Amino acid sequence: MSLALQTFSTVKDASAALQAAGARYLGGGTLVVRAANEGDVSLSSLVRVTDPSLSRIAVSGGKARLGASVTMAAVARHPELNALSPAARAVGGPAIRNMATVGGNLFAPAPYGDFTVALLALDAIVVTEDGEMPIETFLTGRNASRAVVTAVAFPLPAAESFRFRKVSRVKPKGVSVLSIAALLQRTSDGVVTSARIAFGCMADRPMRAKAAEKALLGCKLTSKEIAPALAAAGAGTSPITDPIASAWYRAEVLPVHLGRLLVG
Amino acid sequence: MAKVPVQFTLNGSEKAEFVESGTTLLNALRDKIGDTSPKGGCHQGTCGACSVIIDGELRLSCLTLAETCGGANIKTTAGLAEGGVLHPLQRAFLDGFATQCGFCTPGMIMAAKVLLDRTPNPSREDVVEALSGNVCRCTGYEPIIQAVLSAARANSQNVA
Amino acid sequence: MELRKDYFADVRTDGLNEIGQPRPRLDSPGHVTGKTAYFADRNFPGMLHLKMVRSPHHHARIRSIDTSEAEKHPGVVKVLTARDVPHNVYTILILIQIGPEDETVLADGKVRWKGEAVVAVLAETERAAQEAAAKVKVDYEVLPAVFDMEEALKPGAPLVNEYHGQNYYLYDSGECRKVRFGDVEAGFAQADHILEQSYQSSPIEHAPTETTGCVVAPEGNDRFTCYTNTQAMFFTLDNASIILQMQGSKLHFVGGTVGGGFGGKVDVIVEPIAILAAKLTGRPVCFIYSREEEMQISSPRAAEKVVIKDGVMKDGRIVARKVTGYTDAGAYSRHSPYGAQKGAAHYPGPYTIPNVWIDTYCVYTNRTPSSAMRGFGVTIGDFALEVQMDKLARLIGMDPLELRFINAYRDGDMKAHRQPTEGAALIECMQEASRAANWPVAEKYMAMSSYRKGA
Repeated sequence: MSLALQTFSTVKDASAALQAAGARYLGGGTLVVRAANEGDVSLSSLVRVTDPSLSRIAVSGGKARLGASVTMAAVARHPELNALSPAARAVGGPAIRNMATVGGNLFAPAPYGDFTVALLALDAIVVTEDGEMPIETFLTGRNASRAVVTAVAFPLPAAESFRFRKVSRVKPKGVSVLSIAALLQRTSDGVVTSARIAFGCMADRPMRAKAAEKALLGCKLTSKEIAPALAAAGAGTSPITDPIASAWYRAEVLPVHLGRLLVG
Repeated sequence: MAKVPVQFTLNGSEKAEFVESGTTLLNALRDKIGDTSPKGGCHQGTCGACSVIIDGELRLSCLTLAETCGGANIKTTAGLAEGGVLHPLQRAFLDGFATQCGFCTPGMIMAAKVLLDRTPNPSREDVVEALSGNVCRCTGYEPIIQAVLSAARANSQNVA
Repeated sequence: MELRKDYFADVRTDGLNEIGQPRPRLDSPGHVTGKTAYFADRNFPGMLHLKMVRSPHHHARIRSIDTSEAEKHPGVVKVLTARDVPHNVYTILILIQIGPEDETVLADGKVRWKGEAVVAVLAETERAAQEAAAKVKVDYEVLPAVFDMEEALKPGAPLVNEYHGQNYYLYDSGECRKVRFGDVEAGFAQADHILEQSYQSSPIEHAPTETTGCVVAPEGNDRFTCYTNTQAMFFTLDNASIILQMQGSKLHFVGGTVGGGFGGKVDVIVEPIAILAAKLTGRPVCFIYSREEEMQISSPRAAEKVVIKDGVMKDGRIVARKVTGYTDAGAYSRHSPYGAQKGAAHYPGPYTIPNVWIDTYCVYTNRTPSSAMRGFGVTIGDFALEVQMDKLARLIGMDPLELRFINAYRDGDMKAHRQPTEGAALIECMQEASRAANWPVAEKYMAMSSYRKGA
């Protein structure tokens, strides 16, 4: 068997083709062509969709909707997506960002998937041909997911409320030691009233930091007041070990970087 | 094995070939068309040696399927010199000792060309960012960065 | 660039035409135009792709190998096992009489590290070769493995390599390379302070951007052209000649253009099996490591452990140094017996110490075989020695650079391994470093010279 590419103009037709054994969806190619190049012989056909609506970015009424084929470069340069630009720029180098897609990033195993960490903190909705679901639900079931993702949608955060940090050992571009995204609502005197925090590399896929979120409520973002949140940061995590860092190292540095994100 | 037609413009000339379905652009360029200037260093999108310019954008040819490039305008380092005259980037790499083993050089030059096409007077930071997807394992980054800055200066003098 | 002509003014000629002049690199025009021909830029009609089936175990007996399904796979042209290789057990340094032959081209009865080559599959396409490789069935009996050098040297440790019979390389000097100079125990007895410290390192991968590989084309006259990125052309040709039992005149090697080597391409790994495949099929063959193979299979710099015990006087003189060095060869020798030997000569460092005792062991473990990398045998030692020097300086409350001036070797000094020091220039380098780093030292050190009075 050799590898074959099948091109469809609609998601519906692609979906039918994806039911075949050995078929995988081709987005930007940074995951699936890589797997084929590395000798994943379970892959026998690649399925792609040329529908231009998949590459559309729509921003209106404080909400954004990104088609699944929107690239990291397109997000990074979009004037109304400034809040997400750091997360999009955190993915790969310039060539990768011209290829890697929002939809593909949802499926990227750790240590990849930094953009999805941002989407998780933003409580994005994942849109598939079968309907919509919260990103948390999607991530939990993504291994078994067969439906083609067509878009993600989320409320645009106010500039001050959203923070993103990717930690890597190579500057400016390197694979993640970990990444953190946080959506924080605060009162006018700086007290946290709601917190939604997501980690990358602290499990096999992006995860919520629920214990840290809870511990932040009612705090001001000072070293002293966030200490309990940092102490709770590791709760429920099972960091990956890979050539970039060991699970032990990731667990050790997580509170340090969360602290820098919150106070720095 | 199913062969599929691919047709695109490479460095200004029309190319039409039949390749096996699923063939990467890197393999099509190297094995079918004979342009070996893009190099296969990792085939996984981490080294940048295979970088080419497709419709004005930097892409990794190792992760791009040839079939998806129908009608595209593709540029590689092999097509940069015009009439035997080196492109300012090539000249700057040569004069600035910005090559060692040379394996990353064609990819570096492609990444740098995209930068200078859009940002004729880049800062050092711009250059570092633009080259951030390209690995030089001889670790000669400083001469490479200086060569790109020097090519930008040479360009702006020519324009002025 | 600045030439400092005040150093060695009396022994230097000033009629230099090349030194200090920029000269264009001969290879650069090819590099910037993409025209430089690396081995993989050669493409031949009908070229076969070689994929290696590798051991998934660190240490195992091979009960059986079944290649029948792989041979039937569409596109497969040939499947090679150990019995196809004319002289399957080899060692690269046999060319300079450093044996025994201890490594198999394709595993025969046993694998000794995870990733060891077992079966070579040749097919019309890379994909067909990958698919067929997945169909090769190897029945393994997993054996206990040892990964730690000190564990490997203990009695009762699993025996890694039967060709050695013990888990260390047996030198003509015994279980280790030894250097004995002066009386180290007398030196320790005389010392004001003793400092014993242990240093260790992990393997380091060269990670060249161009992976290891070769392209072989039959010339049609029993002669084979091998386009290769080896860093050791004739070493590889001679070893291929032994392994294939072919006259060297039948082997035409084309190389010298290497996309990054750093010492990682001096093993004889891809060429013999690719030439054999070209010979047995009559077809051109390419064997190119994937990125994963380059990172996991190609030999890294050896892991090392260095134990240094120094006796030092309050005035900064090091009067005794005892070093025990361990080099982790992994499962096979390759260049490691030589690396460990280099360490023995090097461990006193660039210092003149009257009493020296050195033992260096080349140890076998079930890890990826290590080999050459930029200054192998001395680089990790230098790290250990210079950290040790800083610790000694702290111990006696002395400036670390001044400690080095006091102990620096100078022309005419006898080194521990009985090589007299010549052309050292260490003093002068440190004087210049002191100025460049704005790290002043006492005037008497700036007045020193690598020449000793009367030498």
